[in-house]
Amino acid sequence: MRHREWVFGGLMTALLVSPAFAATPKDTVVMAKQIDDIISLDPGEVFEFSGAEAVSNIYDKLIDFNIKKVSELHGRLVESWGVADDGVTYTFKMKKGLKFASGNPITAADAAWSLQRAVILNKTPGFILTQFGFTKDNVKDRIKASDPETLVIVTAKQVAPSFLYYCLTANVSSVVDSKLAEQHAKGDDFANEWLKSHSAGSNAFTLRDWRANEDYTLEANPNYWGKKPAVKRVVVRHVAEPSTQRLLLEKGDIDYARNLTRDDLNAIKSNPQIATQESPKGNIVYVGLNQKNPNLAKPEVREALKYLVDYDAIQRNILSGTYIVHESFLPDGFLGAIDDKPYKLDVAKAKALLAKAGLSGGFTMTMDAPGSSPYTDIAQAIQAGFAQGGVKLELIPGDQKQVITKYRARNHDSVLLYWGPDYQDPHTNAQTFASNPDNSDSSPSKTLAWRNSWNIPEMTKTTLDAVGERDAEKRAAIYESLQREHQKISPFIIMFEQIEVAAHRKNVDGFIMGPSVDTNFYEEIRKN
Amino acid sequence: MARVAVGARAASAFRGVAAGTGRTLLVLALTFFGLLLVTFLIGRVVPIDPVLAAVGDRASAETYARARAELGLDLPLYQQFAIYVGKVLQGDFGRSVLTSNPVLTDIGRFFPATLELATLATILGVGIGVPLGVIAAARQGRWQDQVIRVVGLLGYSIPVFWLGLVGLLVFYARLGWVAGPGRVDVGFNDIVEPMTGLILLDSLMEGEGEVFANALSHLVLPAAILGYFSLAYVSRMTRSFMIDQLRQEYIVTARVKGIAERRVVWRHAFGNVMLPLVTVVALSYANLLEGSVLTETVFAWPGIGAYITNSLLNADMNAVLGGTIVVGAVFIGLNMASDLLYRLLDPRAR
Repeated sequence: MRHREWVFGGLMTALLVSPAFAATPKDTVVMAKQIDDIISLDPGEVFEFSGAEAVSNIYDKLIDFNIKKVSELHGRLVESWGVADDGVTYTFKMKKGLKFASGNPITAADAAWSLQRAVILNKTPGFILTQFGFTKDNVKDRIKASDPETLVIVTAKQVAPSFLYYCLTANVSSVVDSKLAEQHAKGDDFANEWLKSHSAGSNAFTLRDWRANEDYTLEANPNYWGKKPAVKRVVVRHVAEPSTQRLLLEKGDIDYARNLTRDDLNAIKSNPQIATQESPKGNIVYVGLNQKNPNLAKPEVREALKYLVDYDAIQRNILSGTYIVHESFLPDGFLGAIDDKPYKLDVAKAKALLAKAGLSGGFTMTMDAPGSSPYTDIAQAIQAGFAQGGVKLELIPGDQKQVITKYRARNHDSVLLYWGPDYQDPHTNAQTFASNPDNSDSSPSKTLAWRNSWNIPEMTKTTLDAVGERDAEKRAAIYESLQREHQKISPFIIMFEQIEVAAHRKNVDGFIMGPSVDTNFYEEIRKN
Repeated sequence: MARVAVGARAASAFRGVAAGTGRTLLVLALTFFGLLLVTFLIGRVVPIDPVLAAVGDRASAETYARARAELGLDLPLYQQFAIYVGKVLQGDFGRSVLTSNPVLTDIGRFFPATLELATLATILGVGIGVPLGVIAAARQGRWQDQVIRVVGLLGYSIPVFWLGLVGLLVFYARLGWVAGPGRVDVGFNDIVEPMTGLILLDSLMEGEGEVFANALSHLVLPAAILGYFSLAYVSRMTRSFMIDQLRQEYIVTARVKGIAERRVVWRHAFGNVMLPLVTVVALSYANLLEGSVLTETVFAWPGIGAYITNSLLNADMNAVLGGTIVVGAVFIGLNMASDLLYRLLDPRAR
């Protein structure tokens, strides 16, 4: 009996005194985030939100944009760059004396190798580079180091130089330590297998460990050429449930919670230990109307439906603090972005338009939407708005990938989804929302316009021509008028733009949140 | 002559055992084959494009087509299945698209987390549920029975998701009795070299007392919550088995003989309840070993349940099939173990 008491007492003591409530270690920043989307941390392959953030803290690019003023570019690994009069030959002069985390010098040969491998591997983000005419057969001639300090890139045809430059700020254009990577290459994989879970970069952090669905850990790069990070380590833990993230933050077991919902954010407002920071992210929430549906193909109906969404009420009641109303396809901060909001709930106008289309008695349609927050709530609010105009909307909730599968097969009536830009140039969204080079079912280009069977030869030409306009002001003007036309006639009800909010303990600050997922930087985070 | 007869009996017994083992193996192989086939077909019927998990929504047509071919999806269905089974027979379960790891590596990482959780939950559920069931039966209709019934009912009816969050709020955030979500605090990450993957066991073997205490503190709450559900089931089943036994004539006889009530209940009646209980406990344990997606989500527990579910929602079929084999093996293994226990406990079954 005595024995049993001792064992029980010992167990309880172990439980009660275990150091479970200690704040996070002084030299380590701990974030809770949904990171189960990461499938690779190879910069030539990474294209998921969480992976992109990790990679942009590990790898450097040749040039980057000012996150406060996107139109300003600055050199990261290069000191100067420019385009020749022929309009296709670009030259980049590398900064001298910079080193990778491994200690290897950073040369133009590394930059050339990195861009070549991204084109040859041609993984998901490969199109960002191949759209300039690089192929696996020509890339070694078109992208090469003319000497250890000079990188030369020759595009297939003239484009707006800013278009190429912005594409070079994307993760796929990261500069990889070619000497280190080649030691780990298997066959012709350019070390893709190894780089999925190891790093060979030169930015402020190196990858210590990535355990899928669990966490990733970055460590300060001792050879970093910029200002050394204030913390030694950043651990990002996968915590799927926002309420759990909130509890961890309130308890001090994490420094940052990255996926709090509107309710969580309201609840922590009164906590004096916690602050929040936010930044607009380019993700656009929209409804796509499939033009295969004869009702939706009528211009009056498309316009009427835009008047049947109560944008302000949805933002206020469902999305406040996490999304703002935004009705054009370019997010804030992009070249040519506009802030026009021509639509608001106007039932009378919508009814008149429906009557003009011969549908005064209303009609029935379906909408596929992800069955997750906040889409379910947005979908129901849209349903209620449509009902005011006599349009009966049947909702079909599904897993996100299921919705996208159906969308890509063009089997929907309408769909509620979001779109995030692939790189910082306006062409990324213009191409998908406003071009459809081939409307046949077998088209290789599955732009959003194609997915909604919107056949627009003229607008497609305008969009594709815009990338060739070398004068930045003229180019911006093209996108502005393109968006205004798009707002009037397109089968897209563009509604909201996301704001990313991070909640953090007040004793920790310095997390840089830029306008895209690959401009969230940890290097200035410090713990006081 | 006698020697020949003994030899013949031994040979016939051996043949019997061999035939029995052969039959068992055949049944096992067929079960696994059926399991794989059904799971494979379900995976192909799910209206999700598996290529999307591999290359996402933005890849060029060329990249998409290459990934589709790499996944073997351009082949007829029967050929895809035949190739998969062929590889499995050589011990190659393929790679998960979502984690980029070999499926076996993933399972080796996620299953121990679930095993640890399910085992402690079962110990708690059985350790408390069985005595409660016996007491409820012995005090049938009285207040003890009513209280235990309410406890059981709550266990059945409260959503585990809600209970997990409330448990965290009370015992972690407010009272601070236990550690929060995750398997260990960040400060203890990577201290213990995984040998079995069970942190409690590994930390003990490596003499890391602090890690053990921290891991136990993280484990107690989710295990208690899952254990509560197990308790609800086990106590109800124990009660009904016991009531059944307590009505038997041998119990009346024992009482008439003047044997103490405690002895009648625990020795005579409970002795006979243990057999069917073995099956109940094995099934409850097997259910927990499948992984509990909701508990794993709330507690940020990297277990097999969330792994398989996430894989299925992305049509990551190698991961789903690999996970199914493991769960299937657990069910079959526990079934066989309970059969074995039956034989040990009940001489009639030998």
